[in-house]
Parts: sequence; structure tokens; C-alpha cells
Amino acid sequence: MFVHNTLIHRLKRGCETMAYPKGPPPPLPDRHGGSLKADATKCADGCTACVPVCPTQAITREPGKAMALDLGRCVFCAACVDVCPQDAIIQTGDYRMAVRHREDLVLGDPGKEELRLAKSLDEKLRKLFGRSLRLRQVSAGGCNACEADTNVLGTIGWDLGRFGIQFVASPRHADGLFITGPVSKGMELALKKTYDAVPDPKIVIATGACAIAGGPFVGHPQINNGADSIVPVDLYIPGCPPHPLTILDGLLRLLDRLEEKNSSQAA
Amino acid sequence: MSLTTPFKRIANAATLPWADVPAWPAEELVRATASELSRGARLSSWFGVPEGDAVCLVAVLAFDSEKTLAVARSAAFTGSYPSLTVKHPQAHMFEREVWEQHGLVPEGHPWLKPVRRTNGDAPANGTFFRVEGPEVHEVAVGPVHAGVIEPGHFRFQCVGEEVMHLEIALGYQHRGIEAALTGGPHRATLIQMETIAGDTTIAHATAYATILESLAGTEAPPRAQWLRAIALELERLANHTGDLGALANDVAFIPTSAACGKIRGDFLNLTALLCGNRFGRGFVRPGGCRFDLEPERAQRFLDRLKTALVDVAQAANWLWDSASVCARFENLGVVSMAQADEVGLVGPSARASGLTRDVRADHPAGWHRQAPTKAAIWPGGDVFARGHVRALEIERSGEFLCQQIFAKTESELRVEIAAPAPDTLAIAMVEGWRGEVCHVAITDAAGRFRRYKITDPSFHNWTGLALSLRGTAISDFPICNKSFNLSYCGFDL
Ligand code: SF4
Repeated sequence: MFVHNTLIHRLKRGCETMAYPKGPPPPLPDRHGGSLKADATKCADGCTACVPVCPTQAITREPGKAMALDLGRCVFCAACVDVCPQDAIIQTGDYRMAVRHREDLVLGDPGKEELRLAKSLDEKLRKLFGRSLRLRQVSAGGCNACEADTNVLGTIGWDLGRFGIQFVASPRHADGLFITGPVSKGMELALKKTYDAVPDPKIVIATGACAIAGGPFVGHPQINNGADSIVPVDLYIPGCPPHPLTILDGLLRLLDRLEEKNSSQAA
Repeated sequence: MSLTTPFKRIANAATLPWADVPAWPAEELVRATASELSRGARLSSWFGVPEGDAVCLVAVLAFDSEKTLAVARSAAFTGSYPSLTVKHPQAHMFEREVWEQHGLVPEGHPWLKPVRRTNGDAPANGTFFRVEGPEVHEVAVGPVHAGVIEPGHFRFQCVGEEVMHLEIALGYQHRGIEAALTGGPHRATLIQMETIAGDTTIAHATAYATILESLAGTEAPPRAQWLRAIALELERLANHTGDLGALANDVAFIPTSAACGKIRGDFLNLTALLCGNRFGRGFVRPGGCRFDLEPERAQRFLDRLKTALVDVAQAANWLWDSASVCARFENLGVVSMAQADEVGLVGPSARASGLTRDVRADHPAGWHRQAPTKAAIWPGGDVFARGHVRALEIERSGEFLCQQIFAKTESELRVEIAAPAPDTLAIAMVEGWRGEVCHVAITDAAGRFRRYKITDPSFHNWTGLALSLRGTAISDFPICNKSFNLSYCGFDL
């Protein structure tokens, strides 16, 4: 009887998986703001208003040099956006933020006002992982928000499994690591061992401001300032935490699984 | 108020000149604390404050039925003092922590070992408790666990399937939050508070903002207090819903697990409707809140909330309607009321063992002073009770939000606050979704933080998980663990 009811209820709910990436992505919350764009040529002479308000020292302006915003360190609190008198730093509303190289996250110079979105893996790796990617997640000082919004990708709304991407229990079953957290000193050994246990060839994805550069804890002696001080990183996904859509976009971008219009592969 | 105590009474979200905190010799502080705990007080926090080369101990007690908090401290000293843990096990982790942070030795502490200190590239775990015997075997799990989850190490002593003892070793997530606070607040302090435990952003940020506001001799404007209360209940709804789903998943009951995974996201998206971030980052600010909930937005909020509440009630019902699920949850991982009281559990874990403790009701601050909530209690202390208390709290948080969403609160959203008062102690407690979040700040002569103590509910509750495993099959560890769902980083700081 009860089993019967349960099944009926379940059927009534129907399929709740989103259309993306075939259809449009779900909209970001209106107050999210998305990615940032920084145009150092707009800065007033000698202005450093944004520098001290950034909690993670993501913005620098050395005397005589241009302003630079490091989205790898950014926690997207928008304090700089609020304080800038010139609109040199603005929100773009774009959920796409994943990059392949650390320096692609540094904004400010002409031609580099926005981050340089990730290109996919090379053909050999794409052949291997493009339709089946198993990841071992390692939280190394993560606050459980990056972890939670990664977990969410496994729920029925997002259904990561439909892309052949799966989080697995053992590093030996994995094609790569998915790291969150700044790599606390307490997790350094465990991370190294887990990395070593993943068979070659392998990839590493650093997710969240912590894993990219130490995030809110940058400079603390109890942490390493990000995963790439310990292991080589192939994909950086900024945010604190990144929206699930940003994470999914990063993964699909890396595997070249996005529809043409969303992809940067053409370049 | 009939309570007489040698401790200095203080309300939640209030301050006290540091000079007014009674100071006794350490033995006397331990004796007086023990006697208050014996007559029903609770140890909310116990920590050291460096004073020159010496350290003074501070005890923060909660008298829940009298609805007051109380503090006292020891004179500064070095060396050792008689352990409080011997009489009151709820002090055991605090005394280990004080020993690790300041070197004060609690004489007679039964299990003095590191709490979270890092030794090179791993935590200084110390030696593990070992049961000897021909049939006894040991199982080590972690730090890297099977799922997408934070790291910690579990050491089981088993006979066959049965767990005789579980020791939990943490510290893998230690990010140096407390140490960095000395001399603060700094520019990174607020975001660090928001990420002490990333799923408890609103509770910790509210506690921190309250500390700064009370040190400035003010309060957040009513509208901000109202918004914080709304966001706090949303945080509870999202996490409790996730927990129900996780419990269902662990007994392979997929309908509820699948539905709750989705509905949890609906609640997170409501938080994002408030402030753009699904975890409430950037919402609470010292002096108020950064975003408003205007009437039009409130209406959208309410519509979506109601749908999610109907959905989660239905998903919970599937769970309770399934006899095979209930059979798996009942009498599993039992923590008796006496045990829960003895080790000082807080939050839903305590309430599921029949204890009436809830900061919102016992020590209301902010909006909760005018919008009372009733604690959800269920006796039993088993996995079922911990699940059921969550389901009850989902209902009550839902009711609270529906009642409060159109409350009349005409005020500014945020005000500038003055610099923190010098040489002052401030306490702020918030009932986070896992239980009591307790922040204590002590300022120096310049008004900077001389000491800032954070006690996440998980600091109290990990011992409860260890106890729940006694006599339980090791294969039931995942369900017991989910039924507590404690924070690693909130403990490790
Ligand atoms: S990046 Fe932000 S959300 Fe992610 S683990 Fe670090 S503090 Fe938490």
C-alpha cells in the first residue's frame, strides 16, 4: 500500500532535470551579479579606493602601475564595485568563470578586462575523459559550501551523471581530483597521497577561491595558499562558493561538452 | 529571578566591562563552575585569555531555565589546575583545547590529547584509545571519506560487527581562524566568520555582527534584525531538508532522498533571492544587512517558500510512512537524555534526546525577542528522533517565516556603528541549525580583539556521535553520522 503511494507520488513529480545545456541555463539570482570585469584604463589617477576594501587582497595597485583584480582570490562580495567612483570594476552577470591557467583570472589590462574562459582538454585527454570522467573530491580545508554546491550537481535538478561525470569513492577509480579548500596544512599529506593514488593520466580541478589562492584565509600560516602549490591544476573555477551552474559550465567546458554557442572551443 | 550565583550574570548579546568579571584562583573557578553545572547550568564556553606570560581561564555558563548567561574567570596563572572534566565530562574538549592553545594542564583529565593542532602536514592526532583482546579489531576511516564531504578521522574498536568504542580525530580542516582574530577585526574577519562553517554562514555572521554592535553600545536596526531572523530560518530549512534526504539516501529510500536534494536547493535559492548567494554570503553586515526584502520581493519569496514547504512536508511523510525506513531508524544510535546532558549536547541532537535547549527560546536576542519560537523536542535519542526533530523544525521554521514575512519593520537597513569599547567582554549566541553558536570577544585598551573565542555547536556534539556508536554495528555508522551531520571546519576553526 505504502509502496504503491510512494511510487504514485514519485511519478507525479515527473522529470525535474533542467534542460541546460541543450536549453538555456537557469537564471542566476538577480542579486548574484555574476563575474566581474575590470578596466584599469578607467581608474582615476592615483585612486586606490578598492584596494583596502577587498577582504582577500585580490586587488592591487602599486604606485605608478595599473590596477589589477585577481578573480582567483575574489570572493565576489562586490565591495570594490560599490566603492569604485569610476565604474572601473563592474559585475557582468555572466555565470561562466572557469579558466585553464591561473593568470587568466587576472583582470585589468587592456584586452584582459574579463577572464579568459577555459579551452577544452587536448584531443587525447578528451577522447579518454570526454564521455566518462570519474572524479575523486578532496576537501582540504573547504568550509562545506563549495562541497555542498558540488554535491548539488548530483541531485535530480542537475543530474551530473547524464554527462558521464561521477564522483567516486576511491582515488584508484578516479581520472582526476576535484579539490576544494585552501589545502590546510592538516590535509597536505592526505591530498598528496590521494593525488598519487590516482592513475595517470589525470587531471586536477581547483574549485572555489580557497582552492585557487587561499580564499578568505590567504596568508594564514595554517594553510597553503591554494591547491596548485601542492599539485598541478588543470582547471580553476572561481567563486565563494561558485554557483553550481558555474561549476557545471567549467566541467563541460573542459570536456568540450557545451553546445557551440556556449563554448569557447571555436577559438 | 530567583537565581543567585557568584558568577556575573549577563544577557545574550550584551557586554560587561572586563574588570567586572569576577576573578578567582583557578581552583575556585573550577569548584564554582562544577557546582553550577551540578545544579543544571551548561558550559557554553571555556577558554584561556593570555595575560602577559600567564593565562586566565574564562567560564561562560548558560542557565537555560532562568534564561540567563553568566561569566567568571580565574586569576592569571601558569602550570596546572584541577580538571573540571573529572566531574563534568562536558568540559573535556574545552580543557583539551585550553591545554593545546595555552599549555595549562588540567590535572586528572582522563584523555588529554591534541584537538586540532597541525604537526607538519597532518594533524597532531596523538595516540588512539585501544581495546585489547583476541577478537578485537580496529577500523580506521578517513581523513578522505567516500563522498563529497569534509575530512576527519574515525577510529573504531570493534568486536565482530559491534563497535565498542569510536574515537574521532579532527584538525584536518584547521585554518587558523581564532589565532588570526587577535588584534582584529581585520578586513578579512567578516568573510572568515561567514566561512567558519560554510553551511552556517548566517548564524556565525549574525553572532559576529552582534558582538561588534554590542561592543559599540548599539543594536542592529529592527529591519536588519528581522532580515537576519528570516535568513537564519532559511538556513535551518535548507540544511534540515538536506539532512532528511541524506538519511533517506543512507537507507536506500530514494524518493525522499531525490526530492529533498532538489527542495534543499529551493531553500538555498530563496537565500539567493535575498542576497544573491545561496549560502547567505554578504548578507549580514555589522550594523545591519546589505540587502532588503522589499514587499514585491517578499511576495515572490513567500510564493516560492510555500511551494517548497508543501514539497518537503510531502517528502518527509513518504519517509515516516515507510515502515521499513522507520524500522531502520528506531533504536539506532541511541544517546540517552542523561548522556546528552552529561556531555553537553546542543541543538537538534540535544532536543532529540529530550533536552529542552534552544537559544532562540532560552536566550532570545535580536528579532527573537519579539517573535518567539518554541523548541521542537522529541525523546528517544535515536536516529529516528534526530530525523524527526528536524522534520518538526522544518514545520516550525516554515510557520515562523510565513508569519514573519510581512512583519512591520520600518527602519534603516544598516547603520554606521562606533568603534568597539575598550577592555570589554561581549557574548553573542545564535541558534544555528546545528545548535548553539557562541562567540565571546574581549577587547584590549585600544578596543581591538584581545581574544575572540568561537564555539561552534559541533564542538559540543562530536562526542555525542562517538557515544551513539557504542554497541552499534559498524555498518550503521553512516546513518548515525548523518543523523548528527556535524561540521568539521566549524570544529577545526
Ligand atoms: S571558496 Fe569560499 S565557499 Fe569555497 S571552501 Fe573556500 S570559503 Fe568555503
